Parts: sequence; structure tokens; C-alpha cells
Amino acid sequence: MTLFGLRVPMVASLVLWAALWEVVGQAGATILIPPLSHVLVRLVEIVPTESFAEALGLTARAFVLGTGIAVLAGVPLGVLMGRWEPADRLMLPWVNVFVSAPLSALVPVIMALFGFGELTIVLTVVLFAIWIIVLDARAGARAVSPSLSEMAQSYGAGPLQAFAKVYLRAALPEILAGIRLGLVRAVKGVIIGQLLVSVVGFGHMFEIYSSNFLMEHMWALLLVLFALAFAIDGVFARLEKRVEYYAAARQ
Amino acid sequence: MNRVVALRAGPAVAEPMVEVRGLSKVYPGGVEALSDITLNFPKGKLTTLLGPSGCGKTTLLKIVAGLIPASAGEVSVGGRKVTGPGPERAFVFQDFALLPWATVLRNVAFGLELRGTGRWEREATARRHIEEVGLKGFEDAYPHQLSGGMRQRVGLARALAVDAEVLLMDEPFSAVDEQTRRKFQEDLLALVAGKGKTFLFVTHSIEEAVYVSNRIVLLSRRPSRVSEIIEPDIPRDLPPDRIRRHSAYIDTVEEIWQGLKRYLE
Ligand SMILES: Nc1ncnc2c1ncn2[C@@H]1O[C@H](COP(=O)(O)OP(=O)(O)OP(=O)(O)O)[C@@H](O)[C@H]1O
Ligand SMILES: [Mg+2]
Repeated sequence: MTLFGLRVPMVASLVLWAALWEVVGQAGATILIPPLSHVLVRLVEIVPTESFAEALGLTARAFVLGTGIAVLAGVPLGVLMGRWEPADRLMLPWVNVFVSAPLSALVPVIMALFGFGELTIVLTVVLFAIWIIVLDARAGARAVSPSLSEMAQSYGAGPLQAFAKVYLRAALPEILAGIRLGLVRAVKGVIIGQLLVSVVGFGHMFEIYSSNFLMEHMWALLLVLFALAFAIDGVFARLEKRVEYYAAARQ
Repeated sequence: MNRVVALRAGPAVAEPMVEVRGLSKVYPGGVEALSDITLNFPKGKLTTLLGPSGCGKTTLLKIVAGLIPASAGEVSVGGRKVTGPGPERAFVFQDFALLPWATVLRNVAFGLELRGTGRWEREATARRHIEEVGLKGFEDAYPHQLSGGMRQRVGLARALAVDAEVLLMDEPFSAVDEQTRRKFQEDLLALVAGKGKTFLFVTHSIEEAVYVSNRIVLLSRRPSRVSEIIEPDIPRDLPPDRIRRHSAYIDTVEEIWQGLKRYLE
């Protein structure tokens, strides 16, 4: 970024906003916005606590379980849809609805069905992550060259062999791209799930802080969550580069 | 035209390996590709399907392969009715259809892998056929590291590795350069002579057809019927350059061209 002919590094804007936050907070305009320095002190206070570690553990577990289920169920479903017309007819309208639906609205339904526990959060993650994984796996399976599938058939491959030895592998670049997008959505799912369930994990901590009006704590926790989401996304971005490398090398 | 060698038409003397009876194919959407085709493919011979583009050669080959169903009529191979793909038939694809993520060795062994042959045995078989098609030393290469001609050799080795009696080849050499193609044609002649396998071959090239075939089936324009069957009477044991200069070769090429010309307008 350049301003008045001077090169300004991107961090500068971050520093500027932080300073603004500090000034507004120090001015004491509203108790909703405490000074940034106080928030940072709280942050250092909160992170080593046991409830934070517990919440982090729960989040990680729900995230891994949820994405695991989404991948294990979504990839085969997507490939099946891509290769078998009846399955596509049956499922595609639903997948298309869910992939763009406001899924947060469904979390209370899951809550009503499965209670206020970890299971609900895991299912929320699955709900958020699975559709894009299905769609991308489907696209990959449809793009498999017809002669490759004829080849498998003519050399005697049954449907399962064709799936495992040809379609899955041929669609791998698209499948991996879908999983990456699914993981990003899973981060949303795991946070939103906890916020709505609010008796476990970070959601529970939020609930306690907000009902006791602990604004400094709340902001500190928010900062942590944003940083976490940002870090996870960064890791996926690096992963995507590898996927792209793979796709380019194999085509 | 001064014909030196008589061209015999009609049924072949050898016992038929593939029999096509009353075969018709109408694609969904109404395209009538084949109409009441009856044909025999003699055992141990190479029969070429030749005809105008879009006349249904690929369709016929795929029905014989069991990849698509016929609308009417039936195909039998070795006396057994075709209902789907079978181990006695192997397909060589125009675009090679190799697994891009697998090595030459795995590609060649793929048919055996699908049949559940043990790793050691199928790789030994695959190595033998890789050597046979002249790709020794490339076992661990990937398809994208090979030239078009080499890729088709992999496709051929894969078909040979499953030891099918009938080889179905749909324009196998059309995607390789002219020089490689000539070498392929010579190798194919040796293969036909040495293996006793039955070949169903599709090409657009009249010269190629006359050079490699024991029997050439001319198909009419869609919906296609058999318009003529020609058995080039060319001594196959001559060296390649003598074959290409043999009067029977030249005359047959000309005769087929005259026969096909009327479909062009
Ligand atoms: N899956 C399909 N659905 C509908 N029509 C088809 C299909 N496949 C082929 N056809 C049509 O059937 C006819 C015969 O096709 P086919 O591919 O068998 O011809 P071909 O003789 O192999 O042609 P070429 O010499 O160009 O390879 C063509 O008119 C084609 O458009
Ligand atoms: Mg064709």
C-alpha cells in the first residue's frame, strides 16, 4: 500500500486500528469497549487457565471428528452422485440447497434433537462442512475421462473396484480442494455450534463472561478465536498450494 | 483398371471367432448408428472396419466389447453370447486411456490387478509384455513422461497382458506420428502372425487398412450396413517396403478409395 507517495506496510493499518481502540477505550465512552491494553492483560490471564484448555480441547475434538465424518461420508457420496445418475437426481437438489442455506438456523433443530452436548457441536461441524465436499467430489468424478471409465469397465472392474482404483484417484485434486473449503466451513461450524449451545467449550465461557458483564474477558476470548481461525486458514492455504502442485503434476 | 490379383469377397474360410448377427443400434435421442449388421470375424485374423466418419465403427466395437448394449441383434464371441465385458476380449483405446497416476508397470498390470492376480505374478507378466512392445527400461515411468507412441505401446501391452483371445483396437495409431505409426503397423503384422489372436481393428487410413488387414469390411454411411468385404491377397511374409510396392497392395488401396469416394458427398 502506498499513501502520499510513501510505502506503508500492511501492519501499519493494524497498529492504527489498535491505537484507535485503545484511545476509545481509555476515554471510557462506553463500558462495552474496554481499552485494548486491558483486554490483552486479560488474554494473558485467560489462556493458561484450565477452562480455556478444556474449551480448546473440546473445540479441536469436535472439529477433527466433524470434518472426519464429513470427509468420510461426503467424498463417497459425491463420487457416487458424479458417476450414477439416479443418486445424482435424488441428492443434488438437497446438496444445492444446503450448500448455500443459512445453516446456523438449523443448529437449534440439531440441539432439540441431540441435546446440549458435544454431539450437537460435532453434527454442526458436519452440517457446515459436508456439502461443499460432496459437490467438489461430484465435480471431480464427473470430470473423469469417459475412456478411463470405459477402460476400467472393459478390463472387468466392478463398481467398487472402479470407485477405489479409478474414480477416487482421478478425482483427487477436486476432492482435496473440496476438503479444504469444507475445513474452512468447519471452523465456522465449530464456533457457531458452541456459541449456540453455550453450555460447553468457548460458548460456555462466552455465556459466563457476557452474563457477568466481563467485557474485557469477552474481547480477549474473541481475539483468541479470530487468531485461531486465521491460523487454521493459513495452514489450509499452504495445503492448497500442495494440492495445486499435485493436480498440475498429475494431469 | 488393371487388377493383377483378384480380390475375393464373401465369407472367410477360417472359423469365426466373433459373430455379429442382425445388429442394430439406435442411440437415445434417435441417432441410428447401425442397421442390421451381420458379420463374421475369422479366428486368428485381423479384420478392419473402414467407413466414413460417424458411420458407427466405434459403436460396433463397443458393442462387441460389451460396453454398450445393442438395440437389436446379438454378438457372440467364441460361441458365447456377449452380455457385458469379458476376459476373452481386451480393448486398445484411441486416446490410450492410461492411469496418469500409475507407472507403466502398474498400467500394464492393471487388467490383471482387477482380476485379483497376485502382485508378484502380475508384475512378472507385465514386465514380459513391456519388453515385448519394446518399452523395457520404462517400467517405472509415468504416462506423462512418455511420447504418444510409447503410451500406445503401454495400452497395447496392457491388452496383451490379460491374454485375451480377441483384441479390439479403435484407431489405435491415429494419435501417433506417421513414422511411429509405420513401425506400429509392422509390429502389428508380426503380432497377428505370431499370436493366433483375433483382431478387430478400426482405422481411417486406407493404406493402413490394406497394409495390416487380412480382411477389410467397408461400411456405408449411417445408419451403416456392410457395403463390401475385401480380402487383400498380399503375401504377408514380404519385407515391409516390398509389401507397400506390391501391385496387389496398390490396387487394393485404389479399389477401396473408389468404393468409399461415393460416401464423401
Ligand atoms: N453416446 C452417443 N449418443 C448419441 N449418439 C451417439 C453416441 N455415440 C455416437 N453417437 C452417434 O452415432 C454415430 C456413430 O458414431 P461412432 O462413434 O460409432 O462413429 P465412428 O464410425 O466411430 O466415427 P469416427 O470415424 O469419426 O470415429 C455418430 O453419428 C455419432 O454422432
Ligand atoms: Mg470412432
